[in-house]
Amino acid sequence: MHDHADTRRDEATFTVKAGLAEMLKGGVIMDVVTPEQAKIAEDAGAAAVMALERVPADIRRDGGVARMSDPEMIRGIQEAVSIPVMAKARIGHFVEAQVLEALEVDYIDESEVLTPADEANHIDKWAFRVPFVCGATNLGEALRRIGEGAAMIRSKGEAGTGDIVEAVRHLRMIGGAIRRLATLDDAELATAAKDLQAPLQLVRQVAADGRLPVVLFCAGGIATPADAALVMQLGAEGVFVGSGIFKSEDPELRARAIVEATTHYRDAARVAAASTGLGQPMVSLETSKLDDEQLLAPRGW
Amino acid sequence: MGTVIGILALQGGFEAHAKIVRALGAEAHEVRVPADLEGLDALIMPGGESTVMTLGIEREGLGRPLRELARSGTPVFGTCAGMIMLDRDHLGLLDVRAERNAFGRQLRSFEADIEVAGLRGGPVHAVFIRAPWVSEHGDGVEVLARVDGHPVAVRQGNLLAVAFHPELAGEARLHELLLALAAGRSGEGHTPAVSRSE
Repeated sequence: MHDHADTRRDEATFTVKAGLAEMLKGGVIMDVVTPEQAKIAEDAGAAAVMALERVPADIRRDGGVARMSDPEMIRGIQEAVSIPVMAKARIGHFVEAQVLEALEVDYIDESEVLTPADEANHIDKWAFRVPFVCGATNLGEALRRIGEGAAMIRSKGEAGTGDIVEAVRHLRMIGGAIRRLATLDDAELATAAKDLQAPLQLVRQVAADGRLPVVLFCAGGIATPADAALVMQLGAEGVFVGSGIFKSEDPELRARAIVEATTHYRDAARVAAASTGLGQPMVSLETSKLDDEQLLAPRGW
Repeated sequence: MGTVIGILALQGGFEAHAKIVRALGAEAHEVRVPADLEGLDALIMPGGESTVMTLGIEREGLGRPLRELARSGTPVFGTCAGMIMLDRDHLGLLDVRAERNAFGRQLRSFEADIEVAGLRGGPVHAVFIRAPWVSEHGDGVEVLARVDGHPVAVRQGNLLAVAFHPELAGEARLHELLLALAAGRSGEGHTPAVSRSE
């Protein structure tokens, strides 16, 4: 279909991978489990959709091993929408990632929401042409993922709870650590790299730039327009909403409202307007009442 | 008072544009509502998702004031989704039809050095992300660059649009052209870095 013969070009470079995340900034990426939901998400203003078999709230409720989605479902979603389609692979499951690349998804999320396939190693993301987004709870984890080739980072939060507290904790951990790095001299940066268990070169870059070298989104627990505006004010460059939309009373209305609040996150009057008359949010769980083995964020190393 | 460049900030890659605009010594103003269009010398429509921007423009009532701004002669520069927003099927300002995701999905995204007519200093390093191309255009539209024969950079009077992202490759010459157009309009005698090609 495409004639590549004429203009010389380089595909799948890091610039091109990280560049798509740049274009998603200020946007909302929504979890969807059917082509119909994907269409609703696109029509409500989603910047991309995350195709998965069950939203985190259902994974949490049903238990069992959570895996990559059925390729047929992913293809159905790709046909239903024109916006980027992302899909999740299990941590360390590089063959699920190979399958998703063969399906030509636009981004792979190596996700703690699915059951990990390797308890020591993440996927070598440099080996792929498709870009990866990975979760992180702190700066060291974010930089290890970038060192492995991730072209976008999302704070993990605690998926499927509708409780924003972990998302806030993780964003503050990442942002606070970045601000502290900016105060260190070169000798101290080497020690910081050791303490963060992160590559020194990336630590130096973060200290110099005052930001991650890739786009940072927030995920895990966003249920309301105010939640979205909160994490944007805390430094997120966009948001992932998992169960928060299609587990709420009126998904279409709530999706539009979260998109609006993400654009106008500093304008309280607009966030107030977006928060009005949305019906019930998703059924939520207080994270501090969950048992340790029910937590998803500690998955990944 | 310096030159003020508005950058549509409903969603997408607006910050990378702001960085280049500031590096060129102009002010960058984010545009989210019609009132933000006051006092602009030029406007940038950035990349992002055109579906999101279309909904945002509708929600904010930005369609009419954006058209009025462009039709009054204010220079406008669209990149990627910004090119789509200017086309016949969206804001209807640029006499082109832009085909969305024409180069394919993300796996087909690419970087390339391309010649842009009228731009001095060698080829432009262009980053194409799920990029469109121009599938049809009217006689009043000048094609400045092509990839595989498809127009990817066009100009029509005060409107400039490219299918790629100069802002992701530190390429500032197209922004310089926008500033020169703005300066030429206000009669400040700014020396343009570019010459209009035939």
